[in-house]
Amino acid sequence: MERNQMHRQVSVMRQSLFDQGYLDEQFIQLEELQDDANPNFVEEVVTLYYRDSSRLILSIDQALERNPLDFNKLDTYMHQFKGSSTSIGAKKVKAECTQFREYCKAGNGEGCMRTFQQVKKEYTILKRKLEAYFQQARQVGPSETACRPRN
Amino acid sequence: MNPSIGKGSMSTASSSVAWKAADVVPEQFPAGLRVLVVDDDPTCLVILEKMLRTCLYEVTKCNRAEIALSLLRENKNGFDIVISDVHMPDMDGFKLLERIGLEMDLPVIMMSADDGKNVVMKGVTHGACDYLIKPVRIEALRNIWQHVVRKRKNEWKDVEQSGSVEDGDRQQKPSEDVDYSSSANEGNWKSSKKRKDEEEDAEERDDTSTLKKPRVVWSVELHQQFVAAVNQLGIDKAVPKKILELMNVPGLTRENVASHLQKYRLYLRRLSGVSQHQNGLNNSFMSPQEAPFGPMSSLGGLDLQTLGVSCQLPAQSLATLQAAGLGRSTTKSGIQMPLVDQRNIFSFENPKLRFGEGQQQHLSNSKPINLLHGIPTTMEPKQLATLHQSAQSLGSLNMQVNAHGGQSSSLLMQMAQPQSRGQILNESTGSHVPRHPSSIGQPIMSNGIAGGVIGRNGISDNGRGTGYNQVPPTSSMLSFPMNHTTELTVNSFPLGSTPGISSVASKGSFHEEVSSEMKGSTGFLASYDIFNDLHQHKTQDWELQNVGLHFDASQNANPIQGNLEVSPSVLVHQGYSSSQRNGQNRNASPLGRGMFSGLDGTEQRNTQNAGQHLNNNLLIDNSVRVKAERIPDASSQTTLFPEHFGQEDLMSALLKQQQGGIEPAETEFDFDGYSMDNIPV
Repeated sequence: MERNQMHRQVSVMRQSLFDQGYLDEQFIQLEELQDDANPNFVEEVVTLYYRDSSRLILSIDQALERNPLDFNKLDTYMHQFKGSSTSIGAKKVKAECTQFREYCKAGNGEGCMRTFQQVKKEYTILKRKLEAYFQQARQVGPSETACRPRN
Repeated sequence: MNPSIGKGSMSTASSSVAWKAADVVPEQFPAGLRVLVVDDDPTCLVILEKMLRTCLYEVTKCNRAEIALSLLRENKNGFDIVISDVHMPDMDGFKLLERIGLEMDLPVIMMSADDGKNVVMKGVTHGACDYLIKPVRIEALRNIWQHVVRKRKNEWKDVEQSGSVEDGDRQQKPSEDVDYSSSANEGNWKSSKKRKDEEEDAEERDDTSTLKKPRVVWSVELHQQFVAAVNQLGIDKAVPKKILELMNVPGLTRENVASHLQKYRLYLRRLSGVSQHQNGLNNSFMSPQEAPFGPMSSLGGLDLQTLGVSCQLPAQSLATLQAAGLGRSTTKSGIQMPLVDQRNIFSFENPKLRFGEGQQQHLSNSKPINLLHGIPTTMEPKQLATLHQSAQSLGSLNMQVNAHGGQSSSLLMQMAQPQSRGQILNESTGSHVPRHPSSIGQPIMSNGIAGGVIGRNGISDNGRGTGYNQVPPTSSMLSFPMNHTTELTVNSFPLGSTPGISSVASKGSFHEEVSSEMKGSTGFLASYDIFNDLHQHKTQDWELQNVGLHFDASQNANPIQGNLEVSPSVLVHQGYSSSQRNGQNRNASPLGRGMFSGLDGTEQRNTQNAGQHLNNNLLIDNSVRVKAERIPDASSQTTLFPEHFGQEDLMSALLKQQQGGIEPAETEFDFDGYSMDNIPV
């Protein structure tokens, strides 16, 4: 019962992440790759993503402090960051990245800086949400997670 | 594990051989497919790895291109397919693509979050067999095995076509080949099998390995070994079996040697009896348009090699040329690549052509543009004219190259006109390319034209202004298509390249591709690398491209100039690689073309750089050179085409040109002198 409740809770959490647009289809792809051999695959990948992308964020931050701005470099960094974010299904983060790149192409430094703040914000929000989600999911148990309904 | 997996595979191989012959995929396939994934993004890498594992593929992941290359080099047959990201910090994905194509001839899939048309097109032109948009879904990965099968299939077909002599053998004992491959791969297989711990897997791998006929890339060194063996035995007594023994190269099959020998013989014949045998040779080589390029390509490739090598050997006449052109090439590749500054070739028009990212640059740029000078632009004026025409169509690439490519242009021109196109190419390459042109004439023509056209176009664009560019290179080039692949390798390329070429001419970008291709070819012997690029981009045109490229290279005297030299090798490579890449092109293997192009390229290259060179080079390469002024009389070389071109004045003009006296206006375009218009476009 409690189990069921927890299980349901996890489901709801997960579903809301999709409904609110934080995650997209790609996340489901990751989930589908998870199996008995790799029961925590999704969490591992997300952890890897956050670890790797943090240095990219740092690089971008530093680059944004330069004067004048090197838009090519910024764009390159962002391209990488966007690629990673896309691969885990971070929908909102990806959208902000796209916006950032638009500003880069336009040479709009102000726009870049503003947008990057948004990027970081979404990035952090998602991180917290996913951490909470994984924690819950782990509590429910691997078997449960394996049976998580797929949307 | 079955310790004698290797052997076991052998026996299995026989069944797999049979399978191979029947082109049937073993049941476990595609499971166990050995994939190498290259991506600097660790997140993506992990995800891809998992996806591929889920598809039951055997995955090796790698986050740096250099590491990937060394992995591939260490295990020549350890992988079936490569998936690579486009944007990587240490090496551009396309560059890696080229390298893999040149060196290993494996199918490569590119992927990127970037789905812009240009990028995807770049993938196509560089020879990627597929392009995936990130985020990659597992469904997209499930079917990548098709590229492996397709490539092998084409390779197989190619081999069959090219190894006409060995055909019987081949068919009779595919197992022999398989065995060779098996033995060659045994190490890999065994180790991989051990990993798998399943005989089944091992077998399957074995099957896939055997199925995949390892393409033999006749590198300069290999070719030199071959030539040494042949010389030791005596050209008359040299039989594949003995040559193979003497060479003592593991993994090389008698069949490979046999087909290479065939090309070599043709090449030699061309050298000696260029004029007379032209037709004859042409016929043999070129055989009708239908003639699969494959044979040609193989020849082409060989020729290039041979040429490259032979050039070195005999080349008294070529010596000059060689010295000039080779100087560069040798430096680069050590092969006598005639000026093939592949880059130049491609870049003939614009620096953009640069296909090989400057690979060629070093080749051509530094070297004397007038490589062609020395080269006997045997191309007779007429020939040159023809080349012109072809060149024109091509886009006056050649013209530009005029400086060096005098011959090449002529070749190219010729190409357009099926006659001695090949010769022209040869001519330009004079030193390098065995001037088989005579025989090749026909075949080459098509190619040559293509090449020439391209060259022309390229050249014209450069500003030579010959205006040939207008000539619809494509048309001329297309006509020739690949059939001729025979000697002029160049020819063949142009054909393929035509599509590219034409575009090249007008679109510098295209040239790049063409050039890249050409580059490979032009480099003759040397630069297979250059090919990488080349192949890639046009699968079918690959062959054409090569041809075209060669022309261009020579013609274009691309600033890079290095290209040409490369072509020969490149060509060969291309021939092969393309097949792999495209899986289809192989037949056309512009190898032959490559050779020519290489020569041309070198020649051309010079021209490009220096207007003056134009005279010399242009004459050689481009038919355009017809101007005769340029045609550097590479004495030996020029004679190659004499028959075809029949433009005495052209020839003389070309010969005279040698030094840069090129009448800039005329020579540049090369076409000017000769009725480019005549080029049957």
